[in-house]
Amino acid sequence: MQKIWWTLLLSCYSVVVLAQPTFPVNGVQDKRPERFALANGTLHLPAGEVLSGGTIVMEKGRLTAIGVDGEVEIPEGTVVYDLAGKHVYPSFIDLYHSYGMPDVAHTKLPPRTLPPRISEKRGAFGWNEAIRPEVAAADHFEPDEKAAKAMRALGFGAVVTHQPDGIIRGTGALTLLGAGSANEMLAMPQVAAYYSFHKGSSQQAYPASLMGAMALIRQTYYDAQWYDKAKALDGTGYDATLEHMQQLLDLPVIFSVRDNLTALRAMQISKEFNHPFLLKGGGDEYQKLDAFAELGVPLLLPLTFPKPYDVTDPYAARHVPLSDMMHWERAPANAAMLAEAGVPFAFTLDGLDKKKQFWQQLRKVHQYGLADSLILKALTLAPASFLGIDKDYGSLEEGKVANLFVTAAPILSPHVEVLEHWVAGKRYLHTDYPRYDRRGQYQLIVAADTFQLEVTGTYAKPKAKLQLRDSVAWKAHIAGQGDLVQLRLSPKDSTNNYWRLSGKATAKEWTGDGIAPDGGQISWRAVQTAAFVDTSDQDSVALPSFGPVPRPFVGYGWRSAPKAQKVLFTNATVWTSEAEGILPETDVLINQGVIEAIGNDLEAGDALVIDATGKHLTAGIIDEHSHIAISRGVNEGTQSVTAEVSIGDVVNSEDINLFRQLAGGVTAAQLLHGSANPIGGQSAIIKFRWGALPEDMKMDFAPPFIKFALGENVKQSNWGDHHDERFPQTRMGVEQVFYDAFHRAEAYLDEWETFNQLSRKEKELAIPPRRDLELEALSEILLEERFISCHSYVQSEVNMLMKVADSFDFTLNTFTHILEGYKVADKMKAHGAGASTFSDWWAYKYEVIDAIPYNAALLARMGVVTAINSDDAEMGRRLNQEAAKAMKYGGLSEEEAWELVTINPARLLQIDHKVGSIKRGKDADIVLWDDNPLSVYAKPLQTYVDGRLLYDHSQLAAQKAWIAKERQRLIQKMLQAKEKGAATIMPSKQEHKLYHCDDWENELEDFTTTAP
Amino acid sequence: MKHVIIALLVFFSIGKSIAQNPAPPQEKPVLIMNATAHIGNGEVIENAVVGFEKGLLTLVADARTIRLDTTGYRVIDGSGHHVYPGFIAPNTQLGLTEIDLVRATRDYAEVGEFTPHVRALIAYNTDSRIIPTIRTNGVLLSQIVPKKGRIAGTSSIVQLDAWNWEDAVVAADQGVHLYWSALYARRGWWAEQKGVEKNEAWSKALQEVRQFMDEAKGYAAISDPETIHQPFEAMRGLFEGTQQLYIHVNGVQDIRQALTLVEEYDLEAVLVGARDAWMITDEVKAAGVAVILRSPHSLPGYEDADVEQPYKTAQILHDAGIPYCLSIDGSWQVRNLPFVAGTTVHYGLTREQALMSISSAPAEILGIDDRYGTLEEGKSATLLLSTGDALDMRTHNVVAAFIDGRQIDLNNHQKELYETYKEKYGLE
Repeated sequence: MQKIWWTLLLSCYSVVVLAQPTFPVNGVQDKRPERFALANGTLHLPAGEVLSGGTIVMEKGRLTAIGVDGEVEIPEGTVVYDLAGKHVYPSFIDLYHSYGMPDVAHTKLPPRTLPPRISEKRGAFGWNEAIRPEVAAADHFEPDEKAAKAMRALGFGAVVTHQPDGIIRGTGALTLLGAGSANEMLAMPQVAAYYSFHKGSSQQAYPASLMGAMALIRQTYYDAQWYDKAKALDGTGYDATLEHMQQLLDLPVIFSVRDNLTALRAMQISKEFNHPFLLKGGGDEYQKLDAFAELGVPLLLPLTFPKPYDVTDPYAARHVPLSDMMHWERAPANAAMLAEAGVPFAFTLDGLDKKKQFWQQLRKVHQYGLADSLILKALTLAPASFLGIDKDYGSLEEGKVANLFVTAAPILSPHVEVLEHWVAGKRYLHTDYPRYDRRGQYQLIVAADTFQLEVTGTYAKPKAKLQLRDSVAWKAHIAGQGDLVQLRLSPKDSTNNYWRLSGKATAKEWTGDGIAPDGGQISWRAVQTAAFVDTSDQDSVALPSFGPVPRPFVGYGWRSAPKAQKVLFTNATVWTSEAEGILPETDVLINQGVIEAIGNDLEAGDALVIDATGKHLTAGIIDEHSHIAISRGVNEGTQSVTAEVSIGDVVNSEDINLFRQLAGGVTAAQLLHGSANPIGGQSAIIKFRWGALPEDMKMDFAPPFIKFALGENVKQSNWGDHHDERFPQTRMGVEQVFYDAFHRAEAYLDEWETFNQLSRKEKELAIPPRRDLELEALSEILLEERFISCHSYVQSEVNMLMKVADSFDFTLNTFTHILEGYKVADKMKAHGAGASTFSDWWAYKYEVIDAIPYNAALLARMGVVTAINSDDAEMGRRLNQEAAKAMKYGGLSEEEAWELVTINPARLLQIDHKVGSIKRGKDADIVLWDDNPLSVYAKPLQTYVDGRLLYDHSQLAAQKAWIAKERQRLIQKMLQAKEKGAATIMPSKQEHKLYHCDDWENELEDFTTTAP
Repeated sequence: MKHVIIALLVFFSIGKSIAQNPAPPQEKPVLIMNATAHIGNGEVIENAVVGFEKGLLTLVADARTIRLDTTGYRVIDGSGHHVYPGFIAPNTQLGLTEIDLVRATRDYAEVGEFTPHVRALIAYNTDSRIIPTIRTNGVLLSQIVPKKGRIAGTSSIVQLDAWNWEDAVVAADQGVHLYWSALYARRGWWAEQKGVEKNEAWSKALQEVRQFMDEAKGYAAISDPETIHQPFEAMRGLFEGTQQLYIHVNGVQDIRQALTLVEEYDLEAVLVGARDAWMITDEVKAAGVAVILRSPHSLPGYEDADVEQPYKTAQILHDAGIPYCLSIDGSWQVRNLPFVAGTTVHYGLTREQALMSISSAPAEILGIDDRYGTLEEGKSATLLLSTGDALDMRTHNVVAAFIDGRQIDLNNHQKELYETYKEKYGLE
C-alpha cells in the first residue's frame, strides 16, 4: 500500500507563486530582493535536533541556508534580525480544515418517506447530492485574514482546506495562511480528496444509514471505473460527477470518521479499491491498537479529549458506562500509545471549540507521554509527508518554503507565544511585539523612591509586580506599544493613590516622566538587574500505565482474552440436536475449538475435567433473526430495493448485548437488515466472539444472505397517514417490485455473460457492463449463491413470493417471522422454504391478527425446517424458554423443541455442517446448563464459542466486582478533576440502540464532526 | 379419570367455534379431588380437595385429613394436576387495545397532561379476541390501566369472562395513575447521539404535579362545590382513602422524589415499574408503599449493570419485606405472566413465593384480597387446574378454569385456527 501511496503523489506539484505576472499593477512595480536572515535563535530542526545560536537565511520565500551563527554565508543586502533568546520552529500544517471556504447550509431534511428523488443540482451531475467530487476547494477559496491571523498565532502557516459537506466532498487545496490574494495563497490546488459518512447538505433520503453510505461510496468507485472505460469508447454520455471522480482516484483520501470501528470500516473501502486513505479519527484508536498498527494507516488526531462527567450524584453516575469513563482517562494518551505502536499520525485543530486551548492540549498530550520531538513532528513533517508535500513543507531545511515562526519560549511552555510568523518568506508580527523583552528584575527609581520591580508573564503580555517597600505592599500595572512603556503604581492601602509613569524602553533600561498622586510632575527610570528566567514547571512526561485495554472496550470486556481450552465434560445430559437425541450420562471432549469426542468414560488426558453430573450440555443457541451489534442504522430503507447495502459493513463488536446473550446461551446469530423495504440489505452471520473485531466475528463458512420483507412495513402502513406516496403501497405493488428486481437482475446476468464470452481483443473494444452492486446481489440470488430471509406474515404474500421464486427457478430459503406460515405449511414444504418464527407474538399489528403460538409446531410437524428467533435484544437472552413454548403450544417433544433454536436455525443459515449440534468434528460452540434447558428454571453456567469460554457464570461476580472497583476509582478521579476546576458534563450515555426490524431513522444527518 | 377432564373440555368446545361466550353462574357445587393445591400464600396441599359452591370456595383441605360425602357435587378428578388461584395481572391494557398499530383499536391514551377523570373501565372491551388467549394460561383477573400524559386516568380491576364491563368489574375506578417524568430519560429522535440525558424539564414537571395535587386536595375538602371539576372529582378518593395512587416510576431519584409526595399528601400509593427500587429498599419499605414490578423479562437498565439484575430484583424486594407483585405491560403479552414469575425462581425465590407474586400479592396490592388471590375458604372460586407446574412453560397447560365458580371457556381464536389447520393437514 505504501508504494501506491507514493506513486499517486507524483502527480502533485508545488509552486510558491507570490506574484501574479499576468495581473495589471496599480502604481509602480514592487519587486523586492526579499533577502532575510534570522540570527542567533534556537532552531528546531528535523529529527528532534535543536540548534542554539543558529542562523536561517531566506530569499524569495524559500530557505536558502541554515547553520551555526557565523558559519552561514549571508548574501549582501540581507536584512538580519537578531533572535537572541528566541526559538524558531517550522510552521504547523493542518490537513483537515475549512479555512476560506464558504459556509455549508445545513437545512433540515424533507420527510424521509417521500419517494426517492434524484439530485436537483444544476448541471450534468450524478444522481446523489452527497457525492460531490466536483467541489474543488481551490475554486471556492477566499483568504480570510482574520482567521489566518488567528491560525498564525497558533503556529499554523498552511492548511489543506476543503468544504466539509457530503460523503464524497471533493478536493482540498493547500493554502498558505498569509495575507495575500487567493492566487498568492493557494499553494497547491488539489492535494487530497475528502470523504466522510455524513450526508451534509444533501436533501435526499438516500443514504439514511452508515451501511448505505458505504454502499454508495463503493458504487461510485465502480461507476467511475466503468465511466472511464465507457467514455473512452464513446459509450456513455457526459456525467460531471463521474468525470470529477477520475481526479479523486489519483489523490490520497482523507476520510473523516468518528470512532475506531468506523475507521476500520472506511479502511475496508480503501483495501477494496486499493486507494490509499488517511483517517481523520475520533481519538479512540488506542482501543484497537493492533488493528491500526497492522493497517499502518496515517491518522489525523483531534486535540479534543472527553470532559469528565459530573458524577457527584451516585445514582446519576450510574448512567455513565465504564467505557466512557475509561475513555476519559485514556484519551489524552492516545497519541503516545499510537506512537509506541508505530502508527503514523498528525494532529488537527478540528473539533477544538476554543482554538486557544491548542497549546494547552499539546501540553496535555506531552504530559501523557508523547515526546517533544514527536509532537512537533505530528504538526509539521508528519502531515507534510502524508500528502507528499514534505519536499516543500514541514521542516527547517534548505530549499523548503520559508514557513516558520518565532517564539520567546518553547512550544510546550505555558509562556508560548508566536511573536513572528513567516509565511513563504513574508513576515507577520504579533501586534504587541516590543523590540526588547521587558521581562526581568528591575530597580525602579521614581522621584526619590526606589522600588524592586519584577516583570513576568509572556513576551508580548508582561505582568508587573512590586516588592514590599517600607512594609507596605504595592501593586503595579505595565503596558506598552512599540518602544514605549507605561507603568501605574499604587500602595495597597486606603489612600487610593496612583503614580502614573510613561517612558521609553531600551534593552536594559527604561526612562521617562510621570504624574504623582498630588499632580506633580516626576521623572523615573528602571534599570534591569537580572534577565527573565522562565521558571514555569516543566511537565513530567511519561505514558501512564492504565492496565490492559479491555476488548471490547466495555466493562465486561476481556482484559486477557480466553483461549480455546481442552475440556472434558463428564456424565452430562447431552442434547445432541442430532438423531441421537438426548443422551443421558455422557462425556463430551472439546479440544482446539472443536468437539473431539462424545461417549462414555472418555480419556481426559491433559483436559480440564468438568463434572457435569446433573447438568445439561447443548449446542449453542443460534438466533436466525437478530438486530443487536449493529452501528448506525438497521434499515437503509429509503428505496424499495437496497440490495447493495450490507449489515456486514456495520457490525458493532462493542455491543453489551452480545455478552448478555452469551449469558443466555446464544453463540451465533444472523444480523439482519430491517424490513422497511421489499428488498433490504445483506446480512452478517456472526459468532458471538466477544472481544474480537467485527470482521473476525463473521462466520467465514456461512453463505451470503439477504433480507427481503413483505406486508405492512414495506408498504409503509404504520408510518402515519401521510406516507402514501412511495411505491409500493399495497401487496399488489410489492409483488411487482420483486418481478422488476429479478427481471433487471436477469438482464444484468445476460449482459455480463455476453461480455464475458468475448475474446480478449473484443473485450478491449467493447464497453463493459456497469458493475451494479444492487443487481449483483440480486443476480447472486438467481444463481443460488445468495439466500433470502424474508420478513413475512400473511399467507397470500408468502405464497406470492414462492411463486416469484419458482418463476425465476430458485428456492426461497427462509421466511422469517412467518406468523401465518401454518396456513401455507404444505406449500412451503413443497417449495422447500424454511421458517423462522416467534413463539407467541401477535396482535401488535393488523397483519398478525391470525398469528398463533401453534405456528412453530404446525410448521415443524409439516416437515418445514423451523426455528424460533428473537428479533429482540431482550428475548434473545432466553430463547430456550421461547423454544419450550412449542411444547406447550402444539406438543412438540423436548428434542424437537430444542432443535428449534439449535440445529434448525443452523440449517436455515446453511451452517449446520459446522455448528448447531453436538457432533464430533463440529465447532465447540456449546452451553452447559444447570437444569433442563427448556425449563424456565434453567440458566447457562458456561458458554463456549470455538472452545473458548466466553461466559462463565461463576466468574460473573468477579467481573462485576472489577467493574465496581474500576468505576469507583474513575469516579474519584473525575471528582478530583472537577475540584481542580475542570469543566464537567452531566451524565449521559452514547446509546447503543436496540433495533427491531421496524426501526428506521436517518443516521447520517448530523454535523457533529464537520469543521466550523 | 382424565377422561372426565377431556369430556369437560369437549363439552365446552361444542357450539363455540365462533365466539367464547361467558359462562353462566355456577349451578352445581364442584369438588376437585386429588390435585396438588397451591394456595397462593406459600402453602401447598399435596393431595387436596377443593370444593366450591355458588362461586365461593367452601372447602380447601388435605384429602387425607377429612371424610367427605360427594353426593350432589360435580366431582373433577385432578390426579396429577395442580390447582392454583387465578393469576392476577396488574398494569395491563387488556381490552383497551386490540391491534396496537391500528389507531382505531387503541383506547388507552387520551389527550391531555392531567386527565384522572378518564376511566379505563368504560372502554374495556369484553369481546376482545386477546382476552380469551390470556385466560387460557390462567390469568383470570387484570387491572386495566390508561397511559399517556402525567396523570393518565383511572384504572379498574376486571375479571376476564364477562358479557360487558359492568359484568366484568371487580373494583371500579380503584386507582389513579401518575406517570413520573424521569430525571434521566432517553431523548430525541437522535437517540444514538443523545442517549440517556438529564431531563431539564423535570423540576417543572414536579411543580405541575404538586400544583395539581394541591388544588385537587383543596377541592376534595369542599363538600359541595359550586362547579363540578371533573378531574378533581376523579382525585377525591385519593384524599378520602378510597383510591390508590399508582406511580409509574423507575429511576432511584425519581422513586425517592415520588415517595416524598406519598408522604406529603398522605396517600395510599403503589410504585409501578420500579426498576431501581431494589437499590433503596429501606426507603421504599419505610414509605409503606407496595411495588408492581416491571417484567423480569427486561434488559438491565445500565450498560455496566449485572446482566442478571432484572431476574434478581424480585428476590431483593422479597428479602427486604416490601410487598410486591409482578407485571407485564401491554395486552397480548400478558399471557406470559406465570412464566415471568417462573423466571424469578432461579434467582433466590421458591416456586410458591414466585406464585404469590402473581396471585395473593397482586390481590393485596390491588385491594381485592378479601375475594381473590388465594385458595381459601370463603374466597371466590377463581382458580385453574393445570397439567403441571404453572410457572414453567414446559409443563403448564390449563385444562379447566373457574371465575367466581363459573367454569370458563378455555377455547380461543388461536386454538380454533390450530384445530382448523390440523384438520386441513390431517394432523393429530
